[in-house]
Amino acid sequence: MSTTTDTRGSSRSDAPEKGGRMARLGSVGGDWLDQRVGGARLVRFFARKIFPDHWSFMFGEVALYSFVILLISGVFLTMFFVPSMDEVVYDGVYEPLQGAHMSKAYESTLHLSFEVSGGLLMRQIHHWAALVFMVAIFVHMFRVFFTGAFRKPRELNWLVGFGLMMLGMVAGFSGYSLPDDVLSGNGLRIAEGLMLAMPLVGPYLSFFLFGGEFPGHYIIPRLFTVHILLIPAAILGLIGIHLAMLVAHKHTQYPGPGRTDKNVVGYPLFPVYTAKAGGFFFLVFGIIALVSATTSINAVWIYGPYDPSPVSAGSQPDWYMLFTDGGLRLIPGWESTIFGYVFSWNILIPMAFYGAFLAFLALYPFLEAWVTGDDREHHVLDLPYNVPVRTGLGVAWISIYLILCLGATNDLLAIALKLSINDLTWLYRISFFVVPVLVFFVTKRLCLAIQRHKRDLALHGVETSKVVRMADGEMLEIHEPLSDYDRWVLVSADQFRPLKAGKGVSGLRAKASSFFFKDYIEPVTPADLRKALEHGSHEQHKIDELIGAGTGDHATN
Amino acid sequence: MTTTDPSSRTTVSALAAPEGGGFPNPGLPPHEHRAADVDPRAERRAERLVAAMFVLSILGTVLFVASYFLFSPTGTNLLAEPDTLHAVRWNTLFTGLGLAISVFFIGAAAVHWAKTLMPDHEMVEERHELGSDAEGQRQAVQILSDGIQESGITRRPLIVTAMVGAFAVLPIAVLAPLSTLGPLPGNKLHHTFWKAGLRLTRDHDGTPIKASEVAMNSIFHIMPEGLTNETENYLEERAKAAAVIVRIDPSIGQDEESLANGYNGILAFSKICTHVGCPAALYEQQTHHMLCPCHQSTFDVTDGAKVIFGPAHRPLPQLPIEVDAEGYLVAKGDFPEPIGPSFWDIHKEK
Repeated sequence: MSTTTDTRGSSRSDAPEKGGRMARLGSVGGDWLDQRVGGARLVRFFARKIFPDHWSFMFGEVALYSFVILLISGVFLTMFFVPSMDEVVYDGVYEPLQGAHMSKAYESTLHLSFEVSGGLLMRQIHHWAALVFMVAIFVHMFRVFFTGAFRKPRELNWLVGFGLMMLGMVAGFSGYSLPDDVLSGNGLRIAEGLMLAMPLVGPYLSFFLFGGEFPGHYIIPRLFTVHILLIPAAILGLIGIHLAMLVAHKHTQYPGPGRTDKNVVGYPLFPVYTAKAGGFFFLVFGIIALVSATTSINAVWIYGPYDPSPVSAGSQPDWYMLFTDGGLRLIPGWESTIFGYVFSWNILIPMAFYGAFLAFLALYPFLEAWVTGDDREHHVLDLPYNVPVRTGLGVAWISIYLILCLGATNDLLAIALKLSINDLTWLYRISFFVVPVLVFFVTKRLCLAIQRHKRDLALHGVETSKVVRMADGEMLEIHEPLSDYDRWVLVSADQFRPLKAGKGVSGLRAKASSFFFKDYIEPVTPADLRKALEHGSHEQHKIDELIGAGTGDHATN
Repeated sequence: MTTTDPSSRTTVSALAAPEGGGFPNPGLPPHEHRAADVDPRAERRAERLVAAMFVLSILGTVLFVASYFLFSPTGTNLLAEPDTLHAVRWNTLFTGLGLAISVFFIGAAAVHWAKTLMPDHEMVEERHELGSDAEGQRQAVQILSDGIQESGITRRPLIVTAMVGAFAVLPIAVLAPLSTLGPLPGNKLHHTFWKAGLRLTRDHDGTPIKASEVAMNSIFHIMPEGLTNETENYLEERAKAAAVIVRIDPSIGQDEESLANGYNGILAFSKICTHVGCPAALYEQQTHHMLCPCHQSTFDVTDGAKVIFGPAHRPLPQLPIEVDAEGYLVAKGDFPEPIGPSFWDIHKEK
């Protein structure tokens, strides 16, 4: 205890010499905080935490920052939005709808858009930020997937991130439904139809959620509470866990000279990342504000207030819900009646598929750990081409996702491409089964090709495009060897052997392991390199003799 | 409980020792200086640029605040009449640009500052395994088992049984408020506003339709007579009653029963898709197909609105119609089966 007092005393006496009044004030304030919240310990723990630098690490930041923007713009919207389905007659400034019957929710959305200064801007910022939020989550998730950042010890944080993605979709859908316009009302009606299809409980689910028959008077106030309280609170909680685990694990880094699984190389949180990451928040905000100032989104006054009767062609949900709509469009009209009760396979099969499809992603880290038996901590990322099967599976997953999204836009595409919508639907039905398989093998082959190329690069260096013809007619291209630093990234990958059945390894696991490591390309060994260098210097010697230049002269050209 | 020493964990792994011992990590490459590190003029330039961007942000904030009042949608607006869409557009554009400039350039200034003027020497921090060693794990297990001992949970089965019972019964309490979220479906999904003798009226203006007014190959969007804004549960009733009438040449009709439920080729069908409930009434006059815009279920109205493509399974229910003494189309009754998406007990009489 006495030593701390001493340190404080000495820092007080030093302060005036170093920085005058500000420093003295700072040290008094810091001392005050330190004694109440342990500020010094916090500063020591956080301020010099090291974060590695890479452009692909920014997607998670974009997601976080667009969530903050959602909170800020969302608070503004709640000041004016009325979550009520009571009917009113519109008498606001928007002439085409004057005299129309509508819910208070829709009326207040019009009021907010047309009569509140900056109101439409805030609505558009909120909607654009929501789209950016989901894009950023997806891209971030696949950055993590393709680089193997989900491996031990980050499996749980992958699940937390997966939870955030699911919550983001619920947040988006619940918010989209609030203005009570024709499009969002049709979205809710589809949700009702899906609920009705659930065996046994369907009608009850629907009546409980809607407080009676669709649309009723309850769904918008209920979704409002879900949208502005429950979901944001859950997202905030999960973000807290996500970031706490990030701090506990320290950030992953790409392979590079000096980087190992035992260190983290980069810049400190204070001041470099405070400025860079803090500044990045403002950049994201600025770009979303610019887009929202200039680009209209979800112009609900054009759609009109919700009414179950009008038909509107070309109705698509926001992009992150497209895939759920795609399966509903592609499935044939299967339904069976068993003992007088209905099973709507045309809904249950797509739903079950989405569950399995998303569960595969959520559980992938555990699946891969089971296949490789790899129990080490990983902090240095994989380069995607070094793990061809994982990369292939990821790209195949994305291809299914995209086919479902395309399926959900088949009406627009049919018009744009002047094709029959039925043919297009059949094309997607077939693609759904064929394309992922093709995509998997093509991606895997591409990865292997890149691996071979990188292996050549590590062994022989960079081709200089300078070709020399020897006296005997032999053509030699001059290669420039890589430096140890440049080569390291190409030779630092781990070496693997597929698991063999027996010794506690089941046949299934051995099969999965051999699938995962099939066509494995051996990493470069020191012996390979020595041999290649010898060969290279032999060639270099021949070239030098021929052109009479000193060793390494070609490098200066 | 037992502890496992992390170092002695026996696992099977596909990881192999690198052949030839692998390569040595060459360590961090030599540092390369930036322009602003070595050239004082570049440093001053960067400094001035950062400051200029912060000043630009201030101007953006001024623009934002000014345009909030100078380009108001309902009050003063320098470029458009108030209370018009133009006023709203200018308001959105200028407040948005002001906000974008004010926040973007704070970000740009901070990032440029960090990238050009703050030190760019990479720093190295050591990582430590999160897991404890065997002794640490043993102590944690000891603490937990001591706690379990102290609580007496293992020695007092009476309390444990009662506690498990309490927690098992508690969820029943949750069911009570849940059950009040909404009424039970009852027969509501099985019936609509339609009943015998109700005239078919045009949706929205509510005027009745004479059979003679329905031209060949035309389509009318209809609602039952008497379903107005004043009707109790107006939207709920509209959501079920929405229907269309089409007129086809009876000679191309393929379904006798369907034709018999119509009048001279005038057929009335529910407009609510039997897939998931969108209004399915994009009518193709040449082919006599009705298409749902949501998921493209296609119904053939010449064949009792049977599904010919897409995810729906059941035909659109047909409303039986006739004409009254004055020549107006009227319903002969409600839809013979529930309209809209299929559900569990749709085929049960209610």
